[in-house]
Amino acid sequence: MKNESRKQWLSYLATADENYLISLWDNLNMKIEYNWLREPEIGSVMVQGKAGVTGDNFNVGEVTITRCSLSLDKKIQGHGYVQGRNKYKSKIAALCDALMQTEKKEIIKRNIIDKLIKYKNNKRNEILSKTEATKVDFFTLVRGEDK
Amino acid sequence: MYVSVKGGEKAINNAHSWLSEIRRGDVNIAELNIKQISEQLTLSVDRVMSEGSLYDKDLSALAIKQSRGDLIEAIFLMRAYRTTLPRIGSSKPIETGKMLCLRRISATFKDIPGKQKLGPTFDYTHRLLDFKLLADGEYEKAKIEKYDDKEIPHVLSFLNKEGLIQKEIPSGKTSKDITRNPINFPLTRSERLQSLSRGDEGFLLGLAYSTQRGYARNHAFVGELRTGYVEVQFEIPELGIEINIADVMFTECESVNQFKGSKKIPAQFTRGYGLVFGQLERKAISMALVDRSMRWKEFGEEYLGVAAQDEEFVISHCDNIQATGFLEHIKLPHYVDFQAELDLVRKIREEYKKNEQRT
Repeated sequence: MKNESRKQWLSYLATADENYLISLWDNLNMKIEYNWLREPEIGSVMVQGKAGVTGDNFNVGEVTITRCSLSLDKKIQGHGYVQGRNKYKSKIAALCDALMQTEKKEIIKRNIIDKLIKYKNNKRNEILSKTEATKVDFFTLVRGEDK
Repeated sequence: MYVSVKGGEKAINNAHSWLSEIRRGDVNIAELNIKQISEQLTLSVDRVMSEGSLYDKDLSALAIKQSRGDLIEAIFLMRAYRTTLPRIGSSKPIETGKMLCLRRISATFKDIPGKQKLGPTFDYTHRLLDFKLLADGEYEKAKIEKYDDKEIPHVLSFLNKEGLIQKEIPSGKTSKDITRNPINFPLTRSERLQSLSRGDEGFLLGLAYSTQRGYARNHAFVGELRTGYVEVQFEIPELGIEINIADVMFTECESVNQFKGSKKIPAQFTRGYGLVFGQLERKAISMALVDRSMRWKEFGEEYLGVAAQDEEFVISHCDNIQATGFLEHIKLPHYVDFQAELDLVRKIREEYKKNEQRT
C-alpha cells in the first residue's frame, strides 16, 4: 500500500458530504466486524494561515473534526478523521480506510471512493464555471477626438 | 465584597420559558430549521464562525436560531462550545494561492493573470429593496462559462518580483496561541493577526475607517481580494500522512499601502493582511488596514498616538465576547457594591454638612 493512495482516499473521505457518504455506505449493506481502538470523538484542529501569504504562520481559528480508529483484525487498522461532528461519518471513513487495505478494496474504491472523487470534481467544476461567467472583460471606449 | 443571595429562581425559570416561546414566534408561521439558516443566511453564519473562531456551519446556524438572530449572543454560544472541544492538533499553513475562487478582484491592476472575477457580490447592485423576494421564491440561475482550471497567482507577487513592495519574510519569532495563553504586550504580528481574525467586524471596520480619515494615515489600496475554498492539510498522528482534512471557505485581502524607503532601501510599497473564515470581505479589508496601521514600528513610522496604531488598545478591545461580557455584567445584581457606594456618599455628605455648620 502506497502512502500516496492512502492519503488520497483519506482526504476524500474526510471532506465528503456527510449525507452522500452515509447513503453510499448504507447502500452497500456490508456487515463488517471490527473492534474499536478509539471510539468516535469530536474535537478541533487549529487552522493556520501565513501572514501576507509568505510570512509567519498564525492561527486563524478552529474547524470541527471527528476521529475514530478501529481494527478489523490484529493487523488491519482503519482511521476515520473527518470534517464536522458526525460520528457515523467518522466510523464509515475508518471502516473504508481499513477495507481499502483488504481484498474488499475494489468494492470500496468503485462504490465509494471513486464516487466521492466524482462528486467533488462536479462541485469544483460548478464553482469554476460560475466564477468564469463573472469574469470582467475590459474594453476601452473610442474617444471623440480619435475619430 | 460578594454576599451570596438566594431567590429569583422562579422568576428566572419563567423568564426562560417566555424566551423559549418568543423565540418560536407566531406558531402559525413555519418554524425555521437549521439548514434553512445555513443555506439562506450564509453571511450571518460566516460571521458567527469567524468571530466564534470555529468553522462549523450547522453549529453556527444553531447558534443563530438559539440567539434569536442576535449575532454576538450566537458568537458567545460558539465560543463557549469551542472551549469544550479537545484540540486534536494544528494544520499545516494553508495555501491561499491554491484557493478554489468564487471571487477574485484587484483594485490596483486591471489586467492580471487569472483575470478579475466578481463572483456572487452585492457590488454594483442598486441597493433598492427587491419586492420580488417578498412576493415569491423565484430566483435567477447562475450563468456558466468554460474555464481553464489553473492556479490563480497572487497579484502582489508581481510587484514582489520587481522589488516594488516590501517582502513578507518569516521573522522566526515564536508566537503563542492567544486562546490558550495570556496576552503579553508587545505582541508578535502573528498574535495580532489571530486576534484580528476573530475580532468584531464593526470594531475593526470603525478603526480601519479611522485610518482612511487620517488617524494613522497609510493610504490603502485593495491589491487583491479573494474568496473561495482552501484545502486544510493535517498530518494524521497515527500514520504520519498529511491529508486534506477539511475544505474551508476563506476571504483574503492584501492591501497595498503608502510606500516608504530609507537611505539603504529605495522607496517601496508596504502591505497589510486580512484572512477570515467565510465570505466576509468587509472584515477582511478592515483587518488588512488595521494590521498595516499597527506595523508602524516595523516600518520606522512615527507614532501619532491614534487608536489604530496602538496594539494594546486594538487587541484589548476588538474581542466582542470579552467586551460584551464586561459591559453586560453591570446589569446583573450589584446590590452590595452599590450599597457600599451609597454608604460612602452619605458619609461624605454628612461630613460636608458638619463642616458647613461649623463655618
